[in-house]
Amino acid sequence: MTETGIGARVKRKEDFRFLTGQGTYTDDINRHGQAHACFLRSPHAHAKLGAINAAKAKAMPGVLAVFTHADLAADKVGGVPCGFGLTQKNGKPQIEPPHPALAAGKVRYAGDAVAMVVAETLAQARDAAEAIEVGYSELPAVVDTAGAPRAKSAVHDEAPNNVCFEWEIGDKAKTDEAFAKAANVSKLEFVNNRLIPNAMEPRAAVGEYDRATGNYTLYTTSQNPHVIRLLMGAFVLAIPEHRLRVVAPDVGGGFGSKIFHYAEEALVTWACRKVGRPVKWTAERSESFLTDAHGRDHVTKVELATDREGNFLGLRVHSIANLGAYLSTFAPMVPTWLYAPLFAGQYRTPAIHAEVIGVFTNTSPVDAYRGAGRPEATYVVERIVETAARDLKLDPAEIRRKNFIAPAQFPYTTPVVLQYDSGQYALAMDKACQLIDYKNFAKRKAEAEKRGRLRGIGFSAYIEACGVAPSAVAGAIGARAGLYEAGVIRFHPTGSVTVITGTHSHGQGHETTFAQLVSDRLGVPYDSIDVVHGDTDRIPFGMGTYGSRSIAVGGSALSKAMDKIVDKGKRIAAHLMEAAVQDIEFKNGAFRVAGTDKQKTIQEVAFAAYVPHNYPLNELEPGLEETAYYDPANFTYPAGTHIAEVEVDPQTGQVEVVDWAAVDDFGNVINPMIVEGQVHGGIAQGIGQALLEGCVYDDRSGQLVTGSYMDYCMPRADNLPSYRVDMTHTPCPHNPLGVKGCGEAGAIAAPAALMNAITNALGIKDLAMPATPERVWRAAQARGARAAE
Amino acid sequence: MPTVSMTVNGKSVGKTVEDRTLLVQFLRQDLGLTGTHVGCDTSQCGACVVDVNGHAVKACTLLAAQTEGARVTTIEGLAAADGALHPMQQAFMDNHALQCGFCTPGMVMSAVDLLKRHPNPDEQTIRRELEGNLCRCTGYHNIVKAVQQAAKAMAR
Amino acid sequence: MYNFAYHRPGSLAEAERKLKAAADGRLLAGGQTLLPTLKQRLAKPSDLIDIGRLAELSFIKADGRSVQIGATTRHATVAASAEVRKAIPALAKLAGGIGDPQVRNMGTIGGSLANSDPAADYPAAVLALGATIHTTERAIAADDFFKGLFETALKPGEIIKSVSFPVPEKAGYMKFAQPASRFCMVGVFVCKAGSGVRVAVTGAGPCAFRQSAMEKALASNFSAAAIESVKVSPAGLNADIHCSAEYRAHLVGVMARRALTEANG
Repeated sequence: MTETGIGARVKRKEDFRFLTGQGTYTDDINRHGQAHACFLRSPHAHAKLGAINAAKAKAMPGVLAVFTHADLAADKVGGVPCGFGLTQKNGKPQIEPPHPALAAGKVRYAGDAVAMVVAETLAQARDAAEAIEVGYSELPAVVDTAGAPRAKSAVHDEAPNNVCFEWEIGDKAKTDEAFAKAANVSKLEFVNNRLIPNAMEPRAAVGEYDRATGNYTLYTTSQNPHVIRLLMGAFVLAIPEHRLRVVAPDVGGGFGSKIFHYAEEALVTWACRKVGRPVKWTAERSESFLTDAHGRDHVTKVELATDREGNFLGLRVHSIANLGAYLSTFAPMVPTWLYAPLFAGQYRTPAIHAEVIGVFTNTSPVDAYRGAGRPEATYVVERIVETAARDLKLDPAEIRRKNFIAPAQFPYTTPVVLQYDSGQYALAMDKACQLIDYKNFAKRKAEAEKRGRLRGIGFSAYIEACGVAPSAVAGAIGARAGLYEAGVIRFHPTGSVTVITGTHSHGQGHETTFAQLVSDRLGVPYDSIDVVHGDTDRIPFGMGTYGSRSIAVGGSALSKAMDKIVDKGKRIAAHLMEAAVQDIEFKNGAFRVAGTDKQKTIQEVAFAAYVPHNYPLNELEPGLEETAYYDPANFTYPAGTHIAEVEVDPQTGQVEVVDWAAVDDFGNVINPMIVEGQVHGGIAQGIGQALLEGCVYDDRSGQLVTGSYMDYCMPRADNLPSYRVDMTHTPCPHNPLGVKGCGEAGAIAAPAALMNAITNALGIKDLAMPATPERVWRAAQARGARAAE
Repeated sequence: MPTVSMTVNGKSVGKTVEDRTLLVQFLRQDLGLTGTHVGCDTSQCGACVVDVNGHAVKACTLLAAQTEGARVTTIEGLAAADGALHPMQQAFMDNHALQCGFCTPGMVMSAVDLLKRHPNPDEQTIRRELEGNLCRCTGYHNIVKAVQQAAKAMAR
Repeated sequence: MYNFAYHRPGSLAEAERKLKAAADGRLLAGGQTLLPTLKQRLAKPSDLIDIGRLAELSFIKADGRSVQIGATTRHATVAASAEVRKAIPALAKLAGGIGDPQVRNMGTIGGSLANSDPAADYPAAVLALGATIHTTERAIAADDFFKGLFETALKPGEIIKSVSFPVPEKAGYMKFAQPASRFCMVGVFVCKAGSGVRVAVTGAGPCAFRQSAMEKALASNFSAAAIESVKVSPAGLNADIHCSAEYRAHLVGVMARRALTEANG
């Protein structure tokens, strides 16, 4: 391992600009002559839209235009498309109602955009938005997830019972059979709480139209600029790709919420041509709360059948998933294909059946949020496994070990479609137990009790499926796009390298990791390598960054491109050294003639390729640049065990997370420092879900109650512990780097570990997330009352 | 519209702005210092923290007019004139205490202020003192380590 | 924010004149509540009169019997003040726990009291310590100052100049913060002085109030044990998504006991 190669803790290339205030986020971009947009949003969750009178607003100082749906319709602007088409269990397609970019006829959630104001300054645009008169006649709001199918009101006429789809997976008859012969059936019913992603950078977009060329440019806070170009260009604005450039510059966190195509991006792009000026929009945080796609929000029943010894026989799951008011880009995929195929967890459960009902409600759209389906699945599996351990009075580590898929069993096909490629589950569990000193937990618990504190411990042995693939499978289940990745390795004549990737870094440090990868493989100094991402004009194509796919899919594309570079380099070197191509070997940045000391460095080869004075021009083109597209053979399957330890103050209900052990298996690791950082952040979001964060809508009005940081509880530094993080390394057998992806693991593992720990501390079966002080206090009271009896 | 004058990162500046202009708007829009960020509208996230006359404040909750005549330091003014990073900036880089970088300017400014009041802070003090700064990426683990490293470096 | 006219008077007298002359003027001290309110367009004052820099309003004086704090003294200044920490450590602790460090660098005691936010910390100390609020027109006893939700005894145009706190024998403050905003969900300030025992609660009702049942129980025995059996009624207490009235009532008891332990510690 070199200081900057694979496996090294290289400091990040990105950091200097971020630490000195020189990052370029979308809101930092100001174009010449730029005007400012703001949106008038519905104050009601559900209402018929009457007349919109903007005459007063249009006459206000600085106002350039006020647009409503009528203006969009006149220009034939399309609705916001959904990128996934699910087939229901009855064989019919999901119900897919239109999603107008500005509300048409009805508003369907508090925050639904009704009008767009463009003015010289933002303050003028806001002043004018207040002067627009809108007639609303309120309709009853559908808010409750579980109650949506029985609600008296319909969010969309197309779905009279508010059901978007009914979907199932697994073998029902076989699962019923397993339950019939089970010695024990453990059951739980719970809500997987709705979350608001809250990337620290609010969404923003700047649209610019060049009359001279007819080209549009959109700067936007996106995790996948090519996907936005495709969806917005093809479905909303009818702009062909070669006339539309989408740039996602520095992006301040995404966590899924910046995958999706949002109406505001299309509207600034459309409006900039209408008003003849660049148009900028930046969300206020309160606007982000209302309009960024939310995450999770399931109501679930789960049953696990076991024999007397705790061997798992069958698993049955029923979930109702809230999709919100409109189908966001990947909404139907998240609670179905990204969720239920994970129900085998790390276990040999032989029979599994799951049903999911997706419902529309008068709430913000719900879509992928860090983990997307897999945290929900892990919560189902790891909470019910813990419950079974308690029902059977088995040690929670032991019941898991007993049911783990053993290393010799891979590849392992689960009863819910997936074929796991590799894993060493017991190894991670053992390591995590050592890290947290599991065997002395009882001593710590007794010591805490002396201080009046209830101490608890909780496990979560999670698995995830990352780098959704291959495209043919993604297409078969309903994805309306391929899920490959593109990469370019461009040598410059004097030997420096530009690496171009279709993934997008919004905190993950790709500029560093990918440079390490290329430096290690091609022997080019790390400082001579720069990574380009986030601009459709500079990158051949790309599907972006989400689902922990960047290194597994994007890194593999670069690996393939490097193979091509080495192949071509060998041919050039063979010519230069007058040797046979098959005698050339490439190592440490140099091409050598095997068995001799003759060599040409890759820089010399690159120079020869660009200055082809002595070059086999009849066989080879000049230049040293290669593009590769990589379509993975399978998902990757990162897995591991997290163990949480908590102390509860029974008098106040305050929970303190006192220790955390995480042992993850991401296969090979390029930069452990960055990977650990991803784990830390993921755990923090998982702790957030379990302990602090819960989106609340008013049951009746559908108003978002947790609409700011005053009421939506974000994890702060003093809510969290320092983490003990370690890894095992079981390389992925089917991609060239042996990597699995690390971005979501923490958020997937953490909620179950923490709730298992809290319920363990309190000696209760279940508690709703987030475990707020009041909920914990009430549970502690009830426990105290039981103890007194 | 009043004219507001102050010293920002050692330079005297003066601009005529609307009375309602916030300091953060003045910095970002009028001076082009876009390193100071806006992450919320309720004064909680701390992405906008700058130093005014030696104290860390939230530039989103302060009128530009209130800082008339003040000495303001933003993230752009933290490194030395020769470009050498401040020990806190260096510690953030060394410890991977930033990911997306959006909260970073405010976080660094708050951390520098923290060490003025607590030159040798323990972990609990660091976590408590960073109460006014939200980070969604790092889980704070490496931020705490960075502040500890900077405290040691600055004590030397 | 709607636009307004900003003024920075050079003296308290000028501030009074400006405030009276304005159509709908508001004082700006630290601005940590006012500016967020304006940003949300929840208020539309015609004029803001900035008293935040008036030297005559920013001071801390202690003479052994009382501590007097000028209206625009920042929370951070009070928290760090050697005089306050010596005379009434619980007051310094309270000031050091308001908001976050950046808010404490701007927010002022006068601004906090004039606003009478139900979730503010200072009102608990002012009531429990039996402080006096000195204004441009009079001296107001703490017991007469807090009138309700965002409502005080201040008349239009009246400006707080300072607050004087009698030095107690013992005092303690404990709060349970609302998890998201970190404002007070329940805060209890307990005080034992020559004049008797006073217990004030903030965060739990429309404005800070005294807990007389606890005061009675503590009169002869100023200890956590003495209030074990005092039942706090949830009637009239605040309820929201973070905390029911019943849980608030329970927390009043827990925080009071912990404040007493601290006061006696």
